[in-house]
Amino acid sequence: MEATLAIFNKEFKSFFYSPIAYLILAFFTVLTGLFFYLNLSGFVEASMMEMMRAQQYRMAPRPMNVNLMLIRPYFWNIALIALFTLPAITMRLYSEEKRLGTVELLYTVPITPTQIISGKFLAGLALFIVMLIPTMIFHAFLFLYGEPEFMPILSGYIGLILLGSAFIAVGLFISTTTENQIIAAIGGLAVSLILWLIGWGASYVGPTLAPVLEYVSIITHYEDFSQGIIDTGHLIYYILFTFTGLYFALKMIESVKWRA
Amino acid sequence: MIEVEGLTRYYGAKKAISDVTFQVKKGEILGLLGPNAAGKTTTMRILTCFMPPTSGKATVGGYDIFENSIDVRRITGYLPENPPLYMDMTTRDYLEFVARIKETPKDKLISEVDSVVEKAAIGDVQNRIIGKLSKGYKQRVGLAQSLLNNPQIVILDEPTVGLDPKQIIEIRDLIRNLKGDHTVILSSHILPEIEQTCERVVIINQGKVVAQDTPEELTRKLKGGEKVILQIEGSSEDIKKALKGIKGIDKMDIEKVKQGVSKIIIESDKDLRKDLAQKVVNSGLGLLELTVDKFTLEDIFLELTTKEEEVA
Ligand SMILES: Nc1ncnc2c1ncn2[C@@H]1O[C@H](COP(=O)(O)OP(=O)(O)O)[C@@H](O)[C@H]1O
Ligand SMILES: [Mg+2]
Repeated sequence: MEATLAIFNKEFKSFFYSPIAYLILAFFTVLTGLFFYLNLSGFVEASMMEMMRAQQYRMAPRPMNVNLMLIRPYFWNIALIALFTLPAITMRLYSEEKRLGTVELLYTVPITPTQIISGKFLAGLALFIVMLIPTMIFHAFLFLYGEPEFMPILSGYIGLILLGSAFIAVGLFISTTTENQIIAAIGGLAVSLILWLIGWGASYVGPTLAPVLEYVSIITHYEDFSQGIIDTGHLIYYILFTFTGLYFALKMIESVKWRA
Repeated sequence: MIEVEGLTRYYGAKKAISDVTFQVKKGEILGLLGPNAAGKTTTMRILTCFMPPTSGKATVGGYDIFENSIDVRRITGYLPENPPLYMDMTTRDYLEFVARIKETPKDKLISEVDSVVEKAAIGDVQNRIIGKLSKGYKQRVGLAQSLLNNPQIVILDEPTVGLDPKQIIEIRDLIRNLKGDHTVILSSHILPEIEQTCERVVIINQGKVVAQDTPEELTRKLKGGEKVILQIEGSSEDIKKALKGIKGIDKMDIEKVKQGVSKIIIESDKDLRKDLAQKVVNSGLGLLELTVDKFTLEDIFLELTTKEEEVA
């Protein structure tokens, strides 16, 4: 535990040694902010239209559901932005150790590959949660000016964190396979993107393959979270997915250790 | 303290080390001497449990490298050929991190880091970013890291490579100070370095151990030059008389081969072949054979750097 914590600490701090982390944070905040603005103005426009329509026909305006019309699409946008940003976080997570030769330190001190991998994974996840904080502030604004339901927001974040875990586990695995950060980033993005896209692909394949693709795809399980439902099936999917990624990362460093 | 028996390691189809066997006694500084690509790093990486051998076995401090790898790692400090440093960290943060992954108890963390900072004499750079340090200081930070938790065994892979002469002297002094408190294996491709720091030397070449000795003995063999072996027809008194006048003979042995034929073995640090042949012939003796006995180590010594200047 102590060793995992030490790795976690070192890794989390080291994000902030390089300008890349700040760039990623800025990129993520600007994009999620922009999409919040777009989603919000879309919602406000729709509300105005509804008011005008109501006035024209002299009837009460229909209530607009902010959760359904703003928050849900916004969560999808955050997820999509995360898909593109997380590989930049995971890329150096392990490849940097290979490039610097510090694997030779990690493998010759009394810590286990499991401790190394879990410390690194948790550091990546912690940074992702830090990245999400500005989006939480955006959501807080909604409470100032309206009355959104809280539960769907909470479940949305749970979904995001689970989805992020899955991406981080995949990215970390890719990062163990190379000492080149750029390759790790591109590989991480490619695999994440494929996992995202096969969900869309499911509608184009036959009835036997479709359910398989839908199950494997990382997004079909996100839908419920974004609308306030926490389903154990989906929860288990993400946890399994994350552990599978971490398991591959673990096997990778064990086998490298055996060969290098 | 360290027992290595028949270690063999392949990289793919390439044999990097073959049947390497040696022992290191407690408190000893052992030099692993060999030219580039001899297999020094491979041997050390096996002993530090970085990677397993293809075959053979080794125990470090009584622990088997396969069975008790974690225990081996607990009692061993290792400085790899390229010091494993995080370039963006400060020296102090780095050493604290390494101390933590080496299971230093929380309340001893600060004092432990302080103690290696002192041993490696890096107090003046402890708050500097490692990436900005000179090569000599980087090496010392690497050495400090290997001394955390006062390990019984310290393994140092070419710790002076790429340093300037002043830095080399400093690192060597630090290493000499380890004697007694730690059992040390030090690798090098520079003969004088091993001569100055080690009590015993294992010479490794093309993956095989070719000699084990004290540095004095090895140096004597190296500097002792050649042995010339002659077979001469004539009485031993005549032979002695004939060879008497030659300058530069360090040692001469005469053996009787058969009636009227003697074998003479001459050691010298000069090439005496011409002088010897001339004297023997001029004295009217029969020169039957003249050969130079090559040390088996000679070729390896030629590959080793024997001059300090070549380091810098
Ligand atoms: N990772 C590796 N993959 C393939 N061959 C290697 C590897 N590491 C070392 N070798 C080869 O093994 C031999 C011994 O190398 P090494 O142990 O590094 O020697 P030294 O440290 O004495 O210079 C060399 O021929 C080297 O090319
Ligand atoms: Mg080497």
